[in-house]
Amino acid sequence: MAVVTQSTARFAAGLSLLLLAGAFLVEYAPFADIQPIRMLFGENVLNFALRAAVPLILGALGGILCERSGIVNIGIEGMMLAGAFAAFVAKNATNHWALGPSLLLGTCATLLTGAAMGLLHALFCLRFGMDQIISGASLILLSMGISATFFDENTVAVGKLAPWPVPLLSAWPVIGPLLFHKPPITYVALLAVAVVGFALAHTRWGLRTRAIGEHPRAADTAGVAVLRLQYLNTTLGGALAGLGGGYLVLEAVGQFQEGMIAGRGFIALAAVIFGNWHPVGALGASLLFGYAQAVHNELLLAQAPFLPRHFVSMIPYVVTVIAVAGLAGRVRAPGSLGQPYLRETEA
Amino acid sequence: MNAAPLAEQIGLRHQSAGNRRNMPYPVLEVRGVTKHFPGVVANRNIDLDLFPGEILAVLGENGAGKSTLMNIICGLHPPTSGSIRVGGRRLECRSPRDAIAAGIAMVHQHFQLVSSMTVLENIVLGAETTRRGILDPATDERGVDELCRRFGGQLDINPQAVIDDLPMAMRLRVEIVKALYRGARILILDEPTAVLTPQETGSLFQLLRGLRNQGTAIIFITHKLREVLDVADRIAVLRQGEVVGHTRPGATTEQAMATMMVGRAPSLTVPKVPGVPGPPMLQVDNLTVHRNDGTTAVDRISFEVHQGEILGLAGGQDNGQTELIGALTGLRPVSSGTVRLNGHDTTHASARRIGREGGTGHIPEDRHTHGMVEGFSVAQNLVLNLCNRPPFTRWGLLRLEAIRAHARRKAAAFDIRATSLEQPLGSLSAGNQQKLVVAREMRDGLPLLIASQPTRGVDVGSVEFIHHQIVQQRNAGQAVLLASYDLDEILALADRIAVMFKGRLIGLSPAAQVDRNRLGLLMAGIPA
Ligand SMILES: Nc1ncnc2c1ncn2[C@@H]1O[C@H](COP(=O)(O)OP(=O)(O)OP(=O)(O)O)[C@@H](O)[C@H]1O
Ligand SMILES: [Mg+2]
Repeated sequence: MAVVTQSTARFAAGLSLLLLAGAFLVEYAPFADIQPIRMLFGENVLNFALRAAVPLILGALGGILCERSGIVNIGIEGMMLAGAFAAFVAKNATNHWALGPSLLLGTCATLLTGAAMGLLHALFCLRFGMDQIISGASLILLSMGISATFFDENTVAVGKLAPWPVPLLSAWPVIGPLLFHKPPITYVALLAVAVVGFALAHTRWGLRTRAIGEHPRAADTAGVAVLRLQYLNTTLGGALAGLGGGYLVLEAVGQFQEGMIAGRGFIALAAVIFGNWHPVGALGASLLFGYAQAVHNELLLAQAPFLPRHFVSMIPYVVTVIAVAGLAGRVRAPGSLGQPYLRETEA
Repeated sequence: MNAAPLAEQIGLRHQSAGNRRNMPYPVLEVRGVTKHFPGVVANRNIDLDLFPGEILAVLGENGAGKSTLMNIICGLHPPTSGSIRVGGRRLECRSPRDAIAAGIAMVHQHFQLVSSMTVLENIVLGAETTRRGILDPATDERGVDELCRRFGGQLDINPQAVIDDLPMAMRLRVEIVKALYRGARILILDEPTAVLTPQETGSLFQLLRGLRNQGTAIIFITHKLREVLDVADRIAVLRQGEVVGHTRPGATTEQAMATMMVGRAPSLTVPKVPGVPGPPMLQVDNLTVHRNDGTTAVDRISFEVHQGEILGLAGGQDNGQTELIGALTGLRPVSSGTVRLNGHDTTHASARRIGREGGTGHIPEDRHTHGMVEGFSVAQNLVLNLCNRPPFTRWGLLRLEAIRAHARRKAAAFDIRATSLEQPLGSLSAGNQQKLVVAREMRDGLPLLIASQPTRGVDVGSVEFIHHQIVQQRNAGQAVLLASYDLDEILALADRIAVMFKGRLIGLSPAAQVDRNRLGLLMAGIPA
């Protein structure tokens, strides 16, 4: 386990360094004007990659919190959709407010709605003994239904989160505009990776979370309140995934559209697996998927003559499939994933 | 700490019942505990006292309700009725957490360790030290070290080791440290010796005596009556969920205890006529097998098992027996050397080919990973490796009636106690699960049986029965390879005995030339 975790973390670090190195090349090297290199490492493509990665990162973190506690979460997509819709509704209802408070309210709404979805998932699985896959699927259907019913296409939300440049750091060449001149939810996502990763490894909460995901009975007999922790983590995970959806409305697009999550929840789930259920690994996976999306975009824009359009459109999905399939057998899911813990039905 | 200050320390109320005046008060009182499971009363109106500074042995057949009672005491199961008092105070026990807070710790029959985590993480889980919200493993490790040092070597562990890599005896040690680390005043051990060699059992007992002398109250469950006489201060016997008697080691014998448990007198020795060995059935030549981490587990071993012969394989844990048997049964790759089964090369054959087509019965050392599916019913588990051939299948469909009939036969023959054949195997008592695995693997007419710890966790009556079966199958011409940490089992059954030590096979000789002493020496690596 430790070895794979390290290797996914190495992958994340390696990919980030590679992209940054490319960005420096484009900035300083003499051959920067070569079109393909600019297309692969230009500021545009990298910015887009990060933008595409943020919702995946948040969704994947939500999935990790849930699954490290032993509860399967295929409902990330639904949690994200609920978060996005809640952000839109709150934002839209307060269009007449000043932009700041309105966006803040939107953020709170997205967090709370995501948390509620997480709590609902926990209730379905733990309280009512529903199959965890089915519960996840029902979350997706639920939020699809609600958003489709109540979404009014004629309403328009006004404004979105603007970049908050970090003093000093944002003035750095290359790195500054790429990493330190971003709207706030992007910072939150990156910080959350560090915080969750650190907490899982080095806090009481983390140790206990790892234990209940591996062997809840052992944790229970050692005095850990298994159910309480599962509820807590699933709810927190829901909030993070919800924020991943809210990001699309509040920071990326500024509007809501039906079906706007467009499978990002499932790609986030793939990132959870590709990242071996570890936040840093999931970050690497999200960046990879985001980057594939970005390259695809650039190629479409450039209307590259050498590649048919349809093949270009396949790139992000092919990358996802290869990444996840290539890892089969090398990642290891939490030991009790998907098996509800009941005190009495074991010998 | 002696008993009296301990009693004060934990706030025992003063009782003035005349004859109790000079006795310590019970630290644990079980009163009228009853536990119903669907279709069965596992505990019926149980009363039990436990005093500080004593070792109480709890005996009973498989399914008598021992583990259930202990699970109730340690807060894992709520009793249907009845109460538990600790130090005179009623324990409102809704979870193991409450029991731990009251000073109760339990080493479960099936160890409760998170196998991907380290020893230290397992020990401190639920009782971690933190500094400003961050784990402080250095302090924890010092605490654990200090605790272990107090027991002078008997509890040596490597805190950084990962549980997965540890042999069973070491895992038991981790469980005990885990219990003591929580400051247990009441320590419950549910069949800890089922996985130990006699030496390891001896050092465990030394440790338990030390704890007892410091005032810890200990409940100890075992099926090995010799151990009870050795270590217990008092004995309580359960039968079908009820306490049927108390006794003391000085006032009883193995035979008397067995009679109390079963209600009849089982014979504790196996009548055995010398076998008539035939041609070799299993031929192992220069076999080398590696562990997962690449180290050599089995080092150029050669031996044969003949038809009509039981070859006993003794040895301390982690000397390569597990890997040897893994290689012989097709569960683990062979690095070099050859294995021949009935003349055919099966060195690299799959488990399926060896088991089904080769006709090898295999009683695995760890039934949970290799022997059973917990969520499947008793009947299904009994045909796990037979279900794709007649009479259990026809036209590709299972024949449920045949499967049920088979299950009824096996359950009756091997005394598997289940409320119904449709009950999930996981809810049977540990010994009954083991009996089921044995029943499935012991089929008439198989040329070879590989049995590893076949009577692990099985009660005396059933041990007797299983031993009889093994001898009978040998008499019918079966070749038997028997691996066991239990020297008595090896000595009682084997025709020839060998010892595994650090991956080598030493001292292979006819059973008549071997005794306990010599085996002990061989197991320590001293060739006589
Ligand atoms: N979770 C459960 N569900 C249903 N029945 C159970 C459950 N746990 C135990 N039982 C039943 O309760 C009875 C007592 O089982 P228990 O495990 O306490 O026996 P035991 O004395 O520990 O036996 P062993 O020596 O085999 O470990 C058995 O009949 C068993 O089938
Ligand atoms: Mg038991």
